[in-house]
Amino acid sequence: MSKDKRISYLINLAGICVMFVLFVLLFESGALGSRTSYIKGICTTACYTIVMVTSLNLLTGFMGEFSLGHAGFMSVGAYASSIVTGFLGNYGLPPVLLFIIALLVGGLAAAVTGVAVGIPALRLRGDYLCIVTVAFAEIIRVAFCNFEITGGGMTLSGIAKLSNFYWCFWATVICVTLMYMYVRSRYGRTVVAIREDYIAAAASGINVTYYKVLTFTISAFFAGIGGAMYAHFMTAMIPTNFNFMYSAEFLTEVIIGGTGSLTGSIIGAAFLSALPELMRQFSTYRMLAYSVVLVIVMIFKPGGIFGTYEFSLTRALRKLKNGELSAKKKSTGGNVHEE
Amino acid sequence: MKSENKELVLEARNLGITFGGLKAVDNFCLKIGKSELVGLIGPNGAGKTTVFNMLTGVYQPTEGSFYLNGERMNGKKTHQVVEAGIARTFQNIRLFKKMTVVENVKAAMNMHMHYGLLASFFRLPSYFREEEEIDRKARELLAVVHLEDKADYIAENLPYGQQRRLEIARALATGMKVLLLDEPAAGMNPTETAELLDIINVIRNQFQISVLLIEHDMSLVMKICERIQVIDYGVTIASGTPEEIANNPRVIEAYLGKEDEEGEEIC
Amino acid sequence: MLSEENTLGDEERTVTDVSLFIQSLINGLNQGAIYALIALGYTMVYGIIRMINFAHGDFIMVGAYTLFYTIPLMVSYGMPAWLAVLAAIVVCVAVGVIVEVVAYRPVRGAGSMSALITALAMSLFLENLAMVLFGANPKSVQAVFNLPMVEIFGAKLQCKYLLTIGIGLVIMVGLQLFVKKTKLGKAMRAVPQDKQASTLMGIDVNRIITTTFAIGSGLAAVAALMYCSTYPRCTTDMGSMMGLKAFIAAVLGGIGIIPGAMLGGILVGVIEIFVKVYIAPGWYEAITYGLLIVVLLVKPSGILGRNTGEKV
Repeated sequence: MSKDKRISYLINLAGICVMFVLFVLLFESGALGSRTSYIKGICTTACYTIVMVTSLNLLTGFMGEFSLGHAGFMSVGAYASSIVTGFLGNYGLPPVLLFIIALLVGGLAAAVTGVAVGIPALRLRGDYLCIVTVAFAEIIRVAFCNFEITGGGMTLSGIAKLSNFYWCFWATVICVTLMYMYVRSRYGRTVVAIREDYIAAAASGINVTYYKVLTFTISAFFAGIGGAMYAHFMTAMIPTNFNFMYSAEFLTEVIIGGTGSLTGSIIGAAFLSALPELMRQFSTYRMLAYSVVLVIVMIFKPGGIFGTYEFSLTRALRKLKNGELSAKKKSTGGNVHEE
Repeated sequence: MKSENKELVLEARNLGITFGGLKAVDNFCLKIGKSELVGLIGPNGAGKTTVFNMLTGVYQPTEGSFYLNGERMNGKKTHQVVEAGIARTFQNIRLFKKMTVVENVKAAMNMHMHYGLLASFFRLPSYFREEEEIDRKARELLAVVHLEDKADYIAENLPYGQQRRLEIARALATGMKVLLLDEPAAGMNPTETAELLDIINVIRNQFQISVLLIEHDMSLVMKICERIQVIDYGVTIASGTPEEIANNPRVIEAYLGKEDEEGEEIC
Repeated sequence: MLSEENTLGDEERTVTDVSLFIQSLINGLNQGAIYALIALGYTMVYGIIRMINFAHGDFIMVGAYTLFYTIPLMVSYGMPAWLAVLAAIVVCVAVGVIVEVVAYRPVRGAGSMSALITALAMSLFLENLAMVLFGANPKSVQAVFNLPMVEIFGAKLQCKYLLTIGIGLVIMVGLQLFVKKTKLGKAMRAVPQDKQASTLMGIDVNRIITTTFAIGSGLAAVAALMYCSTYPRCTTDMGSMMGLKAFIAAVLGGIGIIPGAMLGGILVGVIEIFVKVYIAPGWYEAITYGLLIVVLLVKPSGILGRNTGEKV
């Protein structure tokens, strides 16, 4: 069993490498001409959105709780990492190292906030928890508007442009893989059990509070990493960027993609964040369209488009070998997972 | 009490709980020896499930205390009580519905697993070792309740009787010393009940587990329990062997009402 | 001479202190009354179907835009501006009922989480639709009331503030009587207890829920009028944050309880203004949200509510 798993990990790693090479070829060959850097930018946006949405799906899909404050954790990661890279910028560190430090600082800062928010908030469930996450995110926003170091309500600009697409690609791959590993371990099993029935979970010896706070913290950690990527891509930001609407957008993408499906989150995030950029005239109607799709999804397919389906490269290859080519091929980027 | 010759496992001393001025259970005493099977019966609303909720830390008793192997259990949270060794099933089945049968059992083994976050993130050898071991153990437990061929079904798709058996397997997976069964035969047909009876016997003999059983099926209770305790309105009204209970006038009264309202004295 | 000047200065300061206090209190009560009017709508809906209607705040926005377009019409026909509220009520009730029937009803059986997400979706929908229809720029609403100003202890008391508070109280009492005394109100209280049993008793559950939405949305229109009389400005996102604070007010007072919404609204309004004036101007919003967190953790059922636990 474990041998199969290890082989499948390698196959998927190979798949990701192939995809990376394809991206490199696409961008470096100049096939896109003058639009190369623009498209690269969109792909970078897709990267941090994927990290944000998959991390939110840890809560929504696997723990079964809705958070409308995810942008709050993102902002903690964004500001913490920007402040640190601002200090370290003069020491001549190699940019890669600085990028990695930024991500880790962003993640850790958000994780600490996650613990602080999670311990009180997770005593609540359902719609009350949802409202409390909004409240915490708003408090974070107000705080950043008042602190001197975060710009005191003004735009914080001049952040080092560290997030390039290639680095973000690998950061995203690593984040998503780690989250997948978490979900497919005893931790993920425990969290799903709590979602299904927290009373029975406690009666099965599961420390419900501990695992909820842990998952909340991990979700916040990756949101912080997403925030760090965002800050070092945008290079300027203001606390109101991370408002209720932004959180709602992430939640929408989770639900449309499929609660409980990381594949759904990845495709949903990549598609939904790239689409409005690719069709400029569409961007005014973007959230309008999202909300309509959301209502339709809730009425006709409450589990989201992908439900709990996970794409598996190993399974796909096996099918290919068995000549089931006639089955539909899926070719959207980024959806590589092991079985 | 006939349990004196056996090693005492679970003991409740004068347990009581009050909800908003109403005494739901009062002065509840219980002693269960090793691998002993005790029945807890009483009319609907007598407080049986409340006793279970107190013994598993769902409710905190307002009076008295209870001990597992001499260790005081009051004030512990449910998961701590379970870790100490008291597990239960629920009257209205509470499974992890969307998980597979084997995952249901594995979830209850979580507290016996030790690999940490890093091991799961980076798939260290301890992850593979423990996951393989737990998979084997979980399937063994499913065999005990005759569900080994249903291991990869989604739990909510099982028929009712099998769901009840899965709950027992999940409780067994916690590795407890005392098992509290809340109406395990409710809604079962005679064949299923007979099968359940076998399973309960296997559990006692093979795992050396003590069982406290709430059940309305009197024939089942009379057949398998060594001792029976009867409560009514939260108060213990009788305790003894099945024969003693069957002939106890107060028990008959509680279940059937008094024969002659005016003739008999109220105890 | 010098000492006399000092005493005078002190007296003056006391006077301004008192007037600042009274002024803040009045502003707080006015703000609170607006929150209370919105909170009443939240509480009505939550009381019946146990659902946080995220879109309720946006009903206010719909009402405010209706006022923006209808007030000039009213004035041009020589009618009082506040009559425009009738148009706002009609529009809001229509929007509320449509949202309920088209979006909420189909997901009613699917659990509270589906309901929450659908409500969020409708909130996003209304806000972005308004963005498309009216543009992102704020619109200034014409003055609604032309009421005099009274001065007490140097504080300016606007009569329209009194009106807002008065309307809030009247509506609260009216709703309470309606829910407790009328047949429809009794049906409204029966539905959340047990939907099936209510159906068996001959109550048309869907009709009751739709009626509740209609009432809640109508209240939103009144709240929009009072809001516009204080802050004559409407933006597409005015609803979501107002709504959130009003929801906090409803939870604070005890959600589902009509007097609780009033109490919670007033408290939130007064606390906000006092924090703004006396403690930390930049932090007043954080205080409101902090208040919500504390209430939910200490007494989730609110000030007037009773605690209920889950049965095992």
